[in-house]
Amino acid sequence: MRYEAPQTTPEAVALLAGTKGKVHILAGGTDLIVRMKGGFVEPDMVLDIKRIKAMHLIRKTKSGLSIGAAVTCGEMGVHKALKKAWPGVVESANLIGSDQIQGRCTITGNLCNASPAADSIPALIAADARALIAGPKGERLLDVGSLPTGPGKNALKKGELVVSIELPPRDARSADAYLRFTPRTEMDIAVVSAAVNLTIDRQGVITAARVALGAVAPTAIRVPAAEKALLGNKLDAATLAAVGEACSAACKPIDDKRGTVEYRTRVAGVLAKRAAQAAWMRAGGKP
Amino acid sequence: MTQLVNTNINGDAVGFNCETDETLLDVLRNRVGLTGAKEGCGTGDCGACSVILDGTLVCACLVLGMEAEGRKVETVEGLSDGAELHPLQSKFIEHAALQCGICTPGFLMAAKALLKNNPDPTEEEIRYALAGNLCRCTGYDKIVRAVQATAAELRGG
Ligand SMILES: Cc1cc2nc3c(=O)[nH]c(=O)nc-3n(C[C@H](O)[C@H](O)[C@H](O)COP(=O)(O)OP(=O)(O)OC[C@H]3O[C@@H](n4cnc5c(N)ncnc54)[C@H](O)[C@@H]3O)c2cc1C
Ligand code: FES
Ligand code: FES
Repeated sequence: MRYEAPQTTPEAVALLAGTKGKVHILAGGTDLIVRMKGGFVEPDMVLDIKRIKAMHLIRKTKSGLSIGAAVTCGEMGVHKALKKAWPGVVESANLIGSDQIQGRCTITGNLCNASPAADSIPALIAADARALIAGPKGERLLDVGSLPTGPGKNALKKGELVVSIELPPRDARSADAYLRFTPRTEMDIAVVSAAVNLTIDRQGVITAARVALGAVAPTAIRVPAAEKALLGNKLDAATLAAVGEACSAACKPIDDKRGTVEYRTRVAGVLAKRAAQAAWMRAGGKP
Repeated sequence: MTQLVNTNINGDAVGFNCETDETLLDVLRNRVGLTGAKEGCGTGDCGACSVILDGTLVCACLVLGMEAEGRKVETVEGLSDGAELHPLQSKFIEHAALQCGICTPGFLMAAKALLKNNPDPTEEEIRYALAGNLCRCTGYDKIVRAVQATAAELRGG
């Protein structure tokens, strides 16, 4: 196996595009190295992106905030401006694993690994984030929701890698929230999860809303019906009930020892309602 | 493919040859002769392999040896000052926070990382910070007490 740690993105793209065989990108390695050791992947080359300085930055851009692909989730958790603007995205990232895992794992790795239960993906979809992708043909932006295409599969082409996750500008009175259900409080994988991102006006009427669910389908899903239920309304009992129903109706979960179909479907609605309430309070809504 | 890696372990410059797919844990144990970090699971779940890499707590079983080039690695072997135990080590002994001891190097490194960032943690914060470390023997309570006692002693100067 070859190990390469290029110092710039163009070098990384050239290595990815120019190397025959199985090339795997290494960010924190908390998925990749586990799979290598289990014999599930046998890379001909591992390309470590952590020596690319630009990928370690969280920066303000003209259009919002940019989180470099090598920024660890632990680093996101101590970044004040990021936490203030996107508390839901940060809480989803900080739920991944233990402190040891937080010191290594990235949201880009979480996204590219494309687990149906990945914690940051619903929050990034609700945030309307985009992945900035570099490849042999230059750069492109892709909605985070379109990047995972199925369990363990993503839409990246040969030679491409994710450079950063781009979060849009934030209007006043906006906030997001992410909640997951796990049998243990720490170190566990979501049985169901929900993310809600919303903006309210001075009267508390919801003027923008995005809702996403995790672990209830092969990829994280957006729930337009729940968004429609929120838009133009305050977060009263009727609105909340409609959000819960829409989310339960959108579920196509698996049945396994961690949760039955009925259970996951029901809990999805409950979590979505609670996430909506949390986002609403953070946005300045009055209960 | 073996390659030479130059790194710094517990303050000493160390060079080692390693396979490109070998983990830092295997390198430490099998090539450098530092067997403090243990392999409990090899998959990031137990924390027995915890070391501090460039100031950040990580599982050495999920780091490649190649990644250590030019980095600083701290292991449990560097905790004591010669024969002088680190306060965490003394308090672990005092509070009987270990039985078989397999998990102890990992807990010590995780506790060290915690106290560096948070010198006065609550019990809940300690339990969260140590959630990535598993212990089959002690039931955790004595470990939490030992960390609390160390924090108090270090704050006291
Ligand atoms: C003990 C433990 C607990 C965990 N708990 C959770 C949890 O609670 N919730 C959860 O969602 N996940 C969890 N995970 C899974 C894992 O930690 C996360 O998915 C993490 O975010 C992966 O990030 P990483 O940087 O380590 O990815 P890596 O392992 O480095 O990469 C993951 C995948 O993405 C690809 N990739 C990485 N970076 C890029 C890039 N820039 N461009 C293109 N492709 C890229 C890699 O090639 C690989 O296929 C856990 C893992 C462990 C070991
Ligand atoms: S051996 Fe590394 S976490 Fe268990
Ligand atoms: S003392 Fe035996 S596992 Fe912790």
